[in-house]
Amino acid sequence: MFAKKHIISMRDFSRAEIDHILQRAEALETFASERSSDILAGRILAMLFYEPSTRTRLSFETAMKRLGGETISMVSTEASSAAKGEMLADTIRVVGEYADVIVLRHPKEGSTRMSAEMSDVPIINAGDGAGHHPTQTLLDLYTIKRESNLRNLNIVLIGDLKYGRTVHSLVYALSLYDAKISLVSPEELCIPSDIKEDLIKRRIDVYETTKLEDVMEYADVVYVTRIQKERFPDLSEYQKVAGSYRISLKSLKNCKEDMIIMHPLPRVDEIDTDVDSTKHAKYFKQAFYGVPVRMAVLSLVLGCDV
Amino acid sequence: MKRELRVHPIRNGTVIDHITPGQALNVLKILGIVGTSDAVVSAVMNVQSKKAHTKDIVKVEDRELKPHEVDKIALIAPSATINIIRDYKVNKKDKVILPDTVEGVVRCANPNCISNTHEPVISKFTIDKSQSQIRLRCIYCERTISENIAEHLL
Repeated sequence: MFAKKHIISMRDFSRAEIDHILQRAEALETFASERSSDILAGRILAMLFYEPSTRTRLSFETAMKRLGGETISMVSTEASSAAKGEMLADTIRVVGEYADVIVLRHPKEGSTRMSAEMSDVPIINAGDGAGHHPTQTLLDLYTIKRESNLRNLNIVLIGDLKYGRTVHSLVYALSLYDAKISLVSPEELCIPSDIKEDLIKRRIDVYETTKLEDVMEYADVVYVTRIQKERFPDLSEYQKVAGSYRISLKSLKNCKEDMIIMHPLPRVDEIDTDVDSTKHAKYFKQAFYGVPVRMAVLSLVLGCDV
Repeated sequence: MKRELRVHPIRNGTVIDHITPGQALNVLKILGIVGTSDAVVSAVMNVQSKKAHTKDIVKVEDRELKPHEVDKIALIAPSATINIIRDYKVNKKDKVILPDTVEGVVRCANPNCISNTHEPVISKFTIDKSQSQIRLRCIYCERTISENIAEHLL
C-alpha cells in the first residue's frame, strides 16, 4: 500500500490510508521508548534540512535509529553544495543514490512534490515553506486517537489560522473524520476562504468565532497555535490580540473533564506554564508521538513488515 | 434604415465565438496579437447572444490555432467555440474542451512556489470544473487561482 510511496501532502491520503499509518504507529510505539527493533537495519535515511528544525529532525532521526536504521544528514546549507547554487533537483538525484529514503525540509512550497518527480527513493515532506508538513498532521491525529477520540470529535483550533500550515493540513485531515470544527482567531488571522469553501463542500460542521469562551465548554480537543508578532503592523495591536487567545487556568474553568490541549510547539506564551501540570496538557506527549508516527511512515515507505 | 453587420465575414481563418464577455482582448493576447501586428483581426465585445446574454467574438484571418492556444482560451472562455473558416464557409466547428490538467500554460500565483524558481520544473495545474467558476490548483504548492486567470497565463 505504501512501499515506495512519497509522503507529500495530506491531500494524497484517504481515511483508510491514514488509519493504516496510525495503526502501524500504535504497533511500533513500544519501540519508541522502551526497547529497540532492527526492522530497518541496513537502511539509510538522508535528512536534507534547508531550514531550521528541532523536533521534526530529531524525531525522524530517533525513529530511524530506534528501528535499527542509519541516518546521514546535510549539516547546513552553508556547508553543502546548495551554497554553491546547486539545484535542489540535482541534490535529490545525487542523494537518492546514497540513501533508501529522503526526509526534506525546504523553504519553497511544492519543493517536495518536485523532488518526488525526480526521485527513485521515497521523499517525505518535513515542511515545504508555508505548504505542508504531513507527518505533523499524522502525529496530531495520532495524539487525538491516543489521548481523546477521532470519532464524534469536537475540536477547537485557536490562533493564527491564516498562515499556520499545521492548521491547514490538520483541518483537511479532520474533514475526513467528519469532525465538528470550531475556528477561533482574530479577524485578521482567520482561515483562508478557499479552505473554508472546501470544508463547506465536504459538508463539515464549521463554526467561526473571535471569542474563545464561545466554544471552550464543548471542546474535546483544543489545538493552540502561535500568533506571530510579525503579522501585526504595531506591537500594541499584537499584544492586545495575543492576550485574548492565551490559555490559562482561568480559561479552563468550564471545559470538559477529559478535554485535551495540543500545540505543535514551539510555544511562546500562548499557553501559561501553569497549565502544563494539568491533566489537559498533552503537548509534550504530542511531541513524543512524533517518534512512533515517523517510525510508522518510515517502515511503510521502505516496505517493511512489522 | 439599412442594416449592417458589425463585422464582415472572413474568407479564410478562425472565428472564436461565444467568448466570455469582456475576454476578447485576453484572447488576442493569447494569440500573440498585441501592440503592432500585421494580423487582420476583428473583435467585438459584449454583443447579444442567443445562448448567453452577451458574448465576445474574435475573427482572425489566415490563421488557425495551435493546441496550446486553444487550451489557454478554454481557461478564460470555457464556452467558446472555434470555427475554422475556409472560403467563407465554416469548415470545422468545435467547442473548446477544458482539460483536467494544464502544463506550461499558467504561472503559479504563489511567488514562493518551486515552479517560480530556476529549478527544472514546468508549471502544472489541475482544473476543478465542479463549480460555476473554474478553479486551478497548482500541483506543486496547491495554491488555487479562480479569478483573473488571464493575468496568470504564460
